Amino acid sequence: MRKNLNVITAYCIMMGLIILVGIFQSWNIALSIFNLCLISAVMTMGANIQWGYAGLINFGIMGYTALGGLAAVLISVNPVQEAWSAGGLNILLSFFLLIGIVLTIRYVLKNYEKSKIRTYIISTIIILGIVLIRFVSEPGIEAIEEVNPAKTGFLGGFGLPIIFSWIVGALFAGGLAFIIGKVALGLRADYLAIATLLISEIVIAIIKHEDWLTRGVKNVIGLKRPAPYEVNLQQTDWFINLVEKFNSGKLNLITDFSERQAALNQFVIEGSSVFVKLCYSGLFLVVVIILLILTQKALYSPWGRMMRAIRDNEEAANAMGKNVVKQHLLIFVLGSAIVGIAGAMLVTQDGLFTPGSYRPMRYTFLIWVMVIVGGSGNNFGAILGGFVVWFLWIEAAPIGLYLVNLTTAGLDDTHFLKIHLIESVPYFRFLMMGIGLLLIMRYRPKGILPEKIEIK
Amino acid sequence: MDFLNAIVLLLNYIFVPALAYGSQLALGAIFVTLIYGILRFANFATGDMMSFGTMFTILFTWYFQSVGISLGILPTALLAIPFAIIFMVGYMLFIDQFVFKYYRVNKSPPVQLAMVSIGVMFITQAVVRIIIGPSDRRFFDGEKFLIKAGEFKEITGLNEGLAIKSTQVITIFITLILVSTLFWFLNKTKTGKSMKAYSDNEDLALLSGIDPKKIVMITWIIAGIIATIGGALYGLDKSFKPFTYFNNMLPIFAAAIVGGIGNPFGAFLGGYVIAFSEIFLTYAYKKFFMYILPETMEPDGLVQLLSTDYKFAVSFSILVIVLLYRPSGIFKGKIL
Repeated sequence: MRKNLNVITAYCIMMGLIILVGIFQSWNIALSIFNLCLISAVMTMGANIQWGYAGLINFGIMGYTALGGLAAVLISVNPVQEAWSAGGLNILLSFFLLIGIVLTIRYVLKNYEKSKIRTYIISTIIILGIVLIRFVSEPGIEAIEEVNPAKTGFLGGFGLPIIFSWIVGALFAGGLAFIIGKVALGLRADYLAIATLLISEIVIAIIKHEDWLTRGVKNVIGLKRPAPYEVNLQQTDWFINLVEKFNSGKLNLITDFSERQAALNQFVIEGSSVFVKLCYSGLFLVVVIILLILTQKALYSPWGRMMRAIRDNEEAANAMGKNVVKQHLLIFVLGSAIVGIAGAMLVTQDGLFTPGSYRPMRYTFLIWVMVIVGGSGNNFGAILGGFVVWFLWIEAAPIGLYLVNLTTAGLDDTHFLKIHLIESVPYFRFLMMGIGLLLIMRYRPKGILPEKIEIK
Repeated sequence: MDFLNAIVLLLNYIFVPALAYGSQLALGAIFVTLIYGILRFANFATGDMMSFGTMFTILFTWYFQSVGISLGILPTALLAIPFAIIFMVGYMLFIDQFVFKYYRVNKSPPVQLAMVSIGVMFITQAVVRIIIGPSDRRFFDGEKFLIKAGEFKEITGLNEGLAIKSTQVITIFITLILVSTLFWFLNKTKTGKSMKAYSDNEDLALLSGIDPKKIVMITWIIAGIIATIGGALYGLDKSFKPFTYFNNMLPIFAAAIVGGIGNPFGAFLGGYVIAFSEIFLTYAYKKFFMYILPETMEPDGLVQLLSTDYKFAVSFSILVIVLLYRPSGIFKGKIL
């Protein structure tokens, strides 16, 4: 108990802050912060596995998040029958062609010695394949995008419950990580960072512009929900009774019947959105707890010890007969898969998929700030980092506004400096993140909750 | 005649824009490579540092315009750049003193410095947005075109016009002067040579009496000059928007690595490699083929290899291929 005191205190302070937001701003805001904190915590755990356990830098978090989101769309949206009949055949054909090309390249790689001729053969196969695929898919894509472009214009998905997408998102992200890992893991640390950053931009470019698959910048809205809809809740008897019971103290003070009914209605509307958010919080909390248990087990297992050994001294671990390349690839895939889950969770919560909103600042660098601030190599630290940083990111604007008002109190309300500063309050969050990151890196380089290795 | 038309078409839509864009990337890539070569970390704040310098150029341009100073047909910004450089260099040295120096003295691994540069990126981005705001700014004044498309058609009698913006010429011209001065400085002067020595082998350089503090300071000064000029030229040619500058970091990194990181000449050429391949692969060649092929063979589609949406993706794919087959870059930089 005693040695975990700092962990417990840190978590209590964090929960206290969120509860304060609930009391002073509203429970709705507090819960939406809490939900996004949980999602950020999952992302941070993914990045922490790669960086904290194995020392691999992955700046491609944005790409895996977007792939997770794509999985949510492909799983939950109902298939668009017209689009399938218009161009589905072409798409399927080009998909098989793609598999064929990959298999041919594998065959060539396996059966021929490395030589210049082999390289030329492979590049010819790739170029011919791309031309062939474009030739086959072009009419299909055009036909699909012409099917009711205002509403669909894409193939749709499988029409399954959206919860399944959390697993599929992990598979997608893991698959991408496998390919990237095969290509880029041999690079030195900072090159790996740049390469993964650029590859994630390629992924986003594809998601943004392949309208037949994702609707691109036209966005997919109104995804299915695992939680009930507010409108339905507001008409359900048990929910109204529940709200009545909860607020009976306040309601009993009102004697007039119609006024009481109006107040109850208000409470029901507020309560319904809080209830929906609570449903999400429950789901996300389950994911976070399962992941936490698994990652903690992994950290203290022989495998975790091996990963730390590889991280701390690659050559020595290699000399002891550990397959460094294979383990790096494994952990790269695992961490990315966790980020993929978070991406699917995010889209599930929002109920919409907006490829245009994936930006490296928000989905890569901010997550890295979380990892560093929380404490790399410590799962509790990673979760805490996700909470602290997301909380500050959201609450930076009110804090900034307060500070601006405080420092410019002597100035007139119409003074140009004051107006300018109040207009730029949203950017104080960047300033706060930057200063926070620099201070932590300088004075507490291991994060708020440092890595702690105990032999059990 | 058709053949000439086809050439003018390519010049107008591919060659001239790519040359200007390539020059802007090349300056950014030299900035990245200098910092990588001498201070030994990948600077993720590149784009934002460039926007910081550009911001001061814009502020000074506005000041000069308000007091009525101008350069006639040249943009006023050219006059503002030297003043902006002073502020930029001051900012760079300030950041180095309070942020990077600590990690350099402690010999932290490059990864840690890269992380620190992310902190600097956040702060610089915030400062730029607080001072000048996130919106799109144009600060170009003076004569816009050197050759207008219409005039060109009249003079030559061709169907295709060739428009050359004065900013494109200014960009290419200034880049050439700046880069040749830089190479002269690195190769011929004593300080430049000692910078190269420090980049090659730090310990050996220290043993032969090179002062590391001086080298680091000069590197930041040169980097500040290049970043300000590169950023200002990009802003003059297109427009200034902090978010675009942040995004430009990616092709700049690609250019620096393709050319061989740590090698300024490689970075210079890398900028053009990236710019030309981006524009070559995403240009629609339909009109070109209409000129050079007989009428019966005219293509139906746009004859575009990739849609312009994939402009960035092209440069990143080139980078991935280079990393796979020649990890030290085309022109042999440091071994990765």
